[in-house]
Amino acid sequence: MRVVRDIDVAEEAVQDAYVQALRRWERDGIPDRPGAWLTTVARRTGLNLLQRRRTLETKLPLLLDRYPEPGDPRVEEAPVIGDDRLRLVFTCCHPALAPEAQVALTLRLVCGVPTADIARGFLVAEPTMAARLTRAKKKIAAARIPYAVPTAAELPERLDAVLTVIHLLYATGHTAPSGADLVRHELCDRALDLAVLVRRLLPDEREAAGLHALLLVHHARRATRVDGSGKLLRLEEQDRSQWDRALIDEADRLIVAALRAGPPGRFTLQAAIAAVHAQAPGYEVTDWPQIVALYDELFRVWPSPVVALNRAVAVAEVDGPAAALPLVEILEQDGRLDGYRYLPATKADLLHRLGRHAEAADAYRAALRLTDNAAEQDFLAERASAEDAST
Amino acid sequence: MTEQNDPTATQYVVLIYERMSPNWPDDVPPEVAQANEEVDAKIEARGGRILAGVALGPASTATSIRGGAITDGPFIETKEGLAGLFLLEARDLDHAIELARMTPIADGGVEVRPLLGFMIPEPS
Repeated sequence: MRVVRDIDVAEEAVQDAYVQALRRWERDGIPDRPGAWLTTVARRTGLNLLQRRRTLETKLPLLLDRYPEPGDPRVEEAPVIGDDRLRLVFTCCHPALAPEAQVALTLRLVCGVPTADIARGFLVAEPTMAARLTRAKKKIAAARIPYAVPTAAELPERLDAVLTVIHLLYATGHTAPSGADLVRHELCDRALDLAVLVRRLLPDEREAAGLHALLLVHHARRATRVDGSGKLLRLEEQDRSQWDRALIDEADRLIVAALRAGPPGRFTLQAAIAAVHAQAPGYEVTDWPQIVALYDELFRVWPSPVVALNRAVAVAEVDGPAAALPLVEILEQDGRLDGYRYLPATKADLLHRLGRHAEAADAYRAALRLTDNAAEQDFLAERASAEDAST
Repeated sequence: MTEQNDPTATQYVVLIYERMSPNWPDDVPPEVAQANEEVDAKIEARGGRILAGVALGPASTATSIRGGAITDGPFIETKEGLAGLFLLEARDLDHAIELARMTPIADGGVEVRPLLGFMIPEPS
């Protein structure tokens, strides 16, 4: 492990120069020789930077320059760059930073996405996003969040945090929490790039492969999640002939290899569940018992109420909606999923199948109140009206 | 200001928040009290160092001053109160977190912050 400090540049005058540079570069663009320019600024503050200049010149571009994209031959040819990027990923995804800040910083510093684009992705004003990024960078410097790949003892926990950020990034693009379009492809593409990068850099980590496989399956289905008018389509309504078979096969290879290598973690299990769905020729002929079994295993390694809810959906397919409804009601009483729109939406679907249309309509409306995404709102409003008409 | 012996180390403050029982600290569990005796050595064994420690009287003995008003009780009423703190030397935040996790706690948690200044006035 390299014990390089404080994201390397961020002390005292250097910090000043850095902040000034960021301000000025945002205004005027990055100068031809950023290192030299920074040194000049820092000298003006009266501090001797001779010893630090080298660190400054070698490390600052890491923070500010656009990185080569994954798949860019330079990444393969230059393992040092890969190493530095991995360190940067672990710094940006540090649990001492707020989750939103982790995602935004990763986009900015690891993927080189301009602040304005990140702001658009998260539906906030650019100055708001700039302020969030600045605050996070300041904390990295002030609290000395290390710029390093964690030790072997810490790696599993910290890798989980990194994979969670990438998953969150994909999820944000996959079902944007608000806005007119259901999918923000740019965020999904970036998340997939990152998943590929982390898997390449940590080839022995099975969960890195698991996350990559999971995102590949999501990606294979992305074109079919909405119809031509942008309306949300459920899994059973999607045109499976449009799913990208090459991506699904690639995911399958990764999952099989990960499962063979040892006990699966939560990303590998989620990928396996997604792959079982993706391999079924139709919704009705899905191997539901296998999906329930995979959810049982997933709940064992990751006892989240969201997992329990998804398991209930699979139970409904194996044992019928009457068997699944009590499982959903237990989760309702649990309270941890209060505010989670898929809980009332799932309950509504089960009630619909049980012919309890008035209760189903209420549940659809409860879900409707919890989403800001226009495509989901249209879907839920339509379902609620259909239930009303059936009573 | 204190001198940093190790120029690559950073100083952190570990703030200890505990749920204050009625007779705190007399009813602190003996194993927690015992662990407090041993924490210095444990932290040194992991490459860190405790520079100073401060134990506070219970929140019920606090007096707060805000503007001109003097009131009984702590400045901020919370379920868990500030019970004490220590100053820690660590390589970086990950190291500081590793060490702070070793803080003996009865029913609460700790907060880690970078130290900006620590002053002991010279005797005049």
